[in-house]
Amino acid sequence: MPITQSDVEKIAELARLELTADETESFTKQLGSILSYVEKLNEVDTTGVLPMSYCRISGEDSNDALRDDVVRPGIGQQAATANAPDPEAGFFKVPKIIGG
Amino acid sequence: MREKYEVVIGLEVHAQLKTASKIFCSCSTAFGAEPNSHTCPVCLGLPGALPVLNGTAIEMAARAALALNLRINHESIFSRKNYFYPDLPKGYQISQYDRPFSEHGWVEIPTAERNDAGHAKEWRLKKFGITRLHIEEDAGKSLHEGLRESSSKSYVDLNRSGVPLAEIVSEPDFRSSWEAYDYIQYLRRTLLYVDVCDGNMEEGNLRCDANVSIRTRGSERFGTKVELKNLNSFRFVQKALEYEIDRQIAVVEAGDRVVQETRLWNEREARTYSMRSKEEAHDYRYFPEPDLPPIVVAVDQVARVREALPELPEPRRRRFVEEYGLAFDDAAQLVDNRATADFFEETARDSGNPKAAANWILNELARELKSSGTEITESPLKSDNLSEMIRMIDSGAISGKMAKEVLTEMCRSGAPAAEIVKGMGGGQVSDESQIREIAARVVESNPKQLDEYRAGRTALLGFFVGQVIKQSGGRANPRIVNEVVKEILER
Repeated sequence: MPITQSDVEKIAELARLELTADETESFTKQLGSILSYVEKLNEVDTTGVLPMSYCRISGEDSNDALRDDVVRPGIGQQAATANAPDPEAGFFKVPKIIGG
Repeated sequence: MREKYEVVIGLEVHAQLKTASKIFCSCSTAFGAEPNSHTCPVCLGLPGALPVLNGTAIEMAARAALALNLRINHESIFSRKNYFYPDLPKGYQISQYDRPFSEHGWVEIPTAERNDAGHAKEWRLKKFGITRLHIEEDAGKSLHEGLRESSSKSYVDLNRSGVPLAEIVSEPDFRSSWEAYDYIQYLRRTLLYVDVCDGNMEEGNLRCDANVSIRTRGSERFGTKVELKNLNSFRFVQKALEYEIDRQIAVVEAGDRVVQETRLWNEREARTYSMRSKEEAHDYRYFPEPDLPPIVVAVDQVARVREALPELPEPRRRRFVEEYGLAFDDAAQLVDNRATADFFEETARDSGNPKAAANWILNELARELKSSGTEITESPLKSDNLSEMIRMIDSGAISGKMAKEVLTEMCRSGAPAAEIVKGMGGGQVSDESQIREIAARVVESNPKQLDEYRAGRTALLGFFVGQVIKQSGGRANPRIVNEVVKEILER
């Protein structure tokens, strides 16, 4: 299934990316070739095979990757906001969110 | 005008599961901490951080699901819901989409329209479908007011980011704002009963969005739906729905069409506002979360959780009516809170007088608790004290009037009823010879009234009875006084 230029424009908008006309064109080509490569998987007959969303390692019928409900200290306010461009009073400060 | 239209409402309730730590990391979920102090690389959405699921969140979700008659899927998966917002640092929320935790639930609950004074008109039972309950993480919190640069900036606190939520989605089964109100109240009560949510709408651990549309009565097709947000209390939900129903009817009556949009309730102005000027279609591009394995719930786990569930509010209300002969309203009020219902059952059993137990708990005790601002579980008064007091009333040892004083004192000190009665100078006097003695004295010292009575003014009986009770310090049993005085007067 080929990807169109308007598909790329829509994805870019959803990802909040601004693309030039040239970029849109070259990404359309690149994404198209990636997709047709992956398309090859569709040739496998999966009739009767349950969809898999995750590769389980051990016992099928157990939740072996659960955490106990125990609180541990986080990294703290200081460290949390240390890399933020404009923190204030322990908050992340961002441009005004309109229509909140 | 209303009669022409049918209202269709669906509700999405987000309930915070009361785990101690977050859903995918070990940060605390405690409310009211310093901004961003309960954070770590996972809930800050830092690159490379990996989520690990909190087992208790699954257990709590299972309790809630079973209490709402939902079927828990043997295997469900997490999905990423992609969107941009400053309080969502990863750029996606870990939620569930096409294989949710549980589906196909329902509740059958009492509901009633209310009159202008807010009193229920007529209670009836109605069944509401629950589409699904799924598990997801909460986003952070954006503050738009009250800080230094609030006029031009928003402030983000990520303490809430990653707090576990159960999203409970109903079928579009509600036909009035009061049905929606009664359902949310019931939902809250149930979540409190099964001990998975604190149910406090003001603190945001129970939140509600509503979808509302109208259609001409008899029409099969749904009208265009409007999503309502910012409904921060039970009353707001009801008021906002009422406002929105009127607004939509006015739009249609004026020949216009309702626009599909999200509107926010503004409590101060008691109206809804459109949230977005341009309508952007949501495209969340859900896909399976690759960092988390599926949630697997085994059949025997479901059975174990089901077995451990307490009796739920609605079955309990029905049983109170059948087993104890209580009125509908009394039973409904008693089951509103699990501790009160437990207190009632203990008192009903021990006192052998369920109706009196219900009356004392719902009236005098409720008043005492309200004035002292205590919960029933914190009160010094225990159910065996109240039972003892009710038995004393029933045996005639104290009068109802004295009992009120005894109750006040029990609520204050927690002392046994008998002890308090002794301290008050003894209980009710039902000893006939003692009463006869006082009555004879009273009659003797009021010869004028005696003559009048004997001349036919029988209404003076009340005067003599009153005097005798007064002379006894208010302790003489009125029924016996009445008999004895009458006998003396008519001798």
